[in-house]
Amino acid sequence: MADKILAKDKLGDFLGKLQADYEVYAPQEVEGKPQWAPVEESDKVLWDFSNTHTSPKDFFFPQTEIMMRFKNVQDHENGMVMEAEPPLANKRLLFNIRPCDAKAFQVLDLIFVQDEMTNDLFWKDKRDKTTLVGLACSDPCPSCFCTSMNCGPASTTGLDALVFDLGDKLLVRALTEKGEAVAEGLDDAAEADQAAAEEQTKAAEAQISSSVGMDKVNERSVMELYEAGMWDRVYENCLNCGTCTYVCPTCHCFDIQDETQGESGRRVRNWDNCMSWLFTMHGTGHNPRGAKKDRVRQRFMHKFKYIPVKRDGEIGCVGCGRCVLLCPVNIDVRRVVNDMNA
Amino acid sequence: MEAVAQKIRETAAKLLSEGKVDCVIGYAQGTVPMRDYPYFAYTPEEAQNLTWSPFCCNNLANFLIRRPKGEIGKVAIVAQGCVSRSIVGLIKENQIAREDVYILGVPSPGMVDRRKVQDRFPLKTITEVTVDGEDLVVKGKDFEERIPQKEVRRDNCYTCVQRNPVIVDEMMGEEGPSDWGGNIDAVAAPWEKLEPGERWEAFIDEVDSCIRCYACRDACPLCYCHVCFVDEAMPQWCGKTQDEADVATFHILRAFHCAGRCTDCGACESACPQGIKVRRFTSKIEKDIRELYDYSPGMDLEATPPLSVYRPNDPQEFIK
Amino acid sequence: MRNTYVPYPVRIKKAEVATEDKQLKTFLLEFINEQEGEDFNYIPGQFAELSVSGYGEIPIGIASSPTEGNDLLFTVNKVGSVSTQLHNMNEGDIMGVRGPLGNSYPLSEMEGKNIVIVAGGFAVTTLRSTMIWLLDPANRSKYGDITFIYGARTPGLLLYEEEWRQWRESGQANVNITIDREAEGWDGLVGFVPTVCEEVAPKPDNAVALICGPPVMIRFTQPVFDKLGWQPEQIVMSLENRMKCGIGICGRCNVGPEYVCKDGPVFTKAHLDQLPKEY
Repeated sequence: MADKILAKDKLGDFLGKLQADYEVYAPQEVEGKPQWAPVEESDKVLWDFSNTHTSPKDFFFPQTEIMMRFKNVQDHENGMVMEAEPPLANKRLLFNIRPCDAKAFQVLDLIFVQDEMTNDLFWKDKRDKTTLVGLACSDPCPSCFCTSMNCGPASTTGLDALVFDLGDKLLVRALTEKGEAVAEGLDDAAEADQAAAEEQTKAAEAQISSSVGMDKVNERSVMELYEAGMWDRVYENCLNCGTCTYVCPTCHCFDIQDETQGESGRRVRNWDNCMSWLFTMHGTGHNPRGAKKDRVRQRFMHKFKYIPVKRDGEIGCVGCGRCVLLCPVNIDVRRVVNDMNA
Repeated sequence: MEAVAQKIRETAAKLLSEGKVDCVIGYAQGTVPMRDYPYFAYTPEEAQNLTWSPFCCNNLANFLIRRPKGEIGKVAIVAQGCVSRSIVGLIKENQIAREDVYILGVPSPGMVDRRKVQDRFPLKTITEVTVDGEDLVVKGKDFEERIPQKEVRRDNCYTCVQRNPVIVDEMMGEEGPSDWGGNIDAVAAPWEKLEPGERWEAFIDEVDSCIRCYACRDACPLCYCHVCFVDEAMPQWCGKTQDEADVATFHILRAFHCAGRCTDCGACESACPQGIKVRRFTSKIEKDIRELYDYSPGMDLEATPPLSVYRPNDPQEFIK
Repeated sequence: MRNTYVPYPVRIKKAEVATEDKQLKTFLLEFINEQEGEDFNYIPGQFAELSVSGYGEIPIGIASSPTEGNDLLFTVNKVGSVSTQLHNMNEGDIMGVRGPLGNSYPLSEMEGKNIVIVAGGFAVTTLRSTMIWLLDPANRSKYGDITFIYGARTPGLLLYEEEWRQWRESGQANVNITIDREAEGWDGLVGFVPTVCEEVAPKPDNAVALICGPPVMIRFTQPVFDKLGWQPEQIVMSLENRMKCGIGICGRCNVGPEYVCKDGPVFTKAHLDQLPKEY
């Protein structure tokens, strides 16, 4: 499908039409911060924002998610009913998602859905029913380093369509069938508009000031990186809180808990994180990652070595910079990876 | 401010080269605006990375604990009023020994709340913030503005009652006034004004955005329990979900666990990625303890913490 | 499509205290829906999540062999809240099973070779499965000599006595059972597993060793095999780590890039030598 054009003042009609088929969400100002919210008025949709405060991963992987419910039923032939939670009722559309966050979902797809057994239907159902319409970055932050992480301000991976903000109009580029369904009916874009979008992308890429080297990380063996002396310093001031993992678009560790009330109950999964020392603790008291250093190293090794080794070079980081901004003790992932790469 | 930083660097280098301490815990300049970070200097050369600024928002006393025994020997630590009070608390609770810590005392300049600065420039990216006298100079892509520091300090710094360290081995600057003239009791006032139902609502409203990363707990020098109640599995005291009851249970129990111990350092609030006003939860408890027991935590190495002593005339009207 | 997080309902057909210290209990589980039992295709070395609604799940190695029919055998150590609850359950009770999970012992690669099996304590579970499978008439001829070395602290802590006595009597395997110290009524071998390995001295030529046991046993058995000339590629081990999802997602059981639940639990020593010791 050719690139399309949408006048910004027609956005209300455009989104209104989509709302007949989808629940539409977009970044809006909530309590002073750019955050995801259902679209009620199209003029509340943000255009000038860096990225949402936290990642949109909870659309697919909610922090607390009921997996199944169970009930002891004496007269039931099984004695117990175990039922998975029903799938999502409605289709969803995330409008103005940043390319880095969409890229993260493509990486997570490789982990949540691998084969017949490793086939997380909770994740897959929501992914299948959600359309991602991206907003290309025209003004990346100093904390962004997407171009070092197989991504970029106008990266299309994981997106169904990509929108370029050209001021009073939007260039809409459909990337998949789902994206074409969104762009259908819009007028074709002029060559000048396409040129403007390319121009904008080049300028945005040039504006990304931080870069992270991965060449030596890729070359070195798991054990060489694991045993590097740098880990002795990286972890020193870490609080072992979960902030970096919970704001990260690619962190996906979880815990499974059963909760009961009377004869019925539920199995729930909650976000968990490798910073917690109880995360890996055996029933016997033995702990394979008992020291803070082990846990801090695990997080970075997982993202920058283990995932690339197992997933064909994909990196478990998209360079969104949220952890850079929110770590309470300024453990800067860019610095850590550059140390790994030194 | 720069003079204090220089004194810290010199003193740290001297202590390390003379072998008086093995490590100096201070701050180094962060990689993002308004976020200087806890830094461990082991050599006189590393001591040159130390800094001191209104962006030093952690509580360094936290790093005296949570370390495997013997990992570092004797340490020097940069401590302003609240941090020194936490050190006193840790000594009284037998977590550290006075002789193992060399305190580099600093008068607190009052720390900047980066969220208040950000709120002046909604949705804009701040690229650089520098200190110029009493002001901050805030720069972004298409703006540069001067903001008086006194307008954007952390809440707890306005009501600070002890800017100067209570125990010290060497001062890194002249002692200043002990407070900013704020009223510490006022922090609890909003809670006191509310009816129980409204109070609950206000509380739930405040914790609503909590993501349970536990940064507040992990940034807090009071929270050194080997297994936090919230992590206990057998028995499990607290659910792990985002349900209101579970989130509220965590914050309520943590606040009560800090009763009579909180020095109002504000590290929890500074650490919280969601901007939750965590220290408000302890404010009423601490006010009650001041009123009932005439006790403020960490002010005095000799004073006995009210919750670890019994006196026949202890007030008990509140026990119902 | 089936949701792999939802367990198959099973009924406890048999529940027996397995050891004198009552720490271990063996459960025979019968699928409630026969077809699900038919479809539960597993290979020795794999594990399953035992699911007790209201308490949670625990990963346990499958002790039965697929050659024994569709019922599943598990021996469970009482350590946490799920296993404790499981120990309190009775024959006839309903619970869940999720699996089969993980890889398996490399049974096809082992064809034509001599097999040495070394087990310590209750780590013998999936090796019981393997022994039953190897000694099955349909499989026995595909393998060379089979040596089985198994030790526990006391006679009362030895599992699956009926089975190993039968293996010994059948003459189809060289069966060596040992206990740590002399005990009344015990006329078998006495000594730690590594010592017995030294005495039995299995030859590395055209052979594979499967070794499972507590870390201390592994630590002392390793040098014995080294001395006998075994190469890391010939030694196969099974790891345990804390798990939740069991399907390689939730992130806690990894040893370097490998998830014990999905890429393992079975690894060659040669592979483990390339990985962090996070187990």
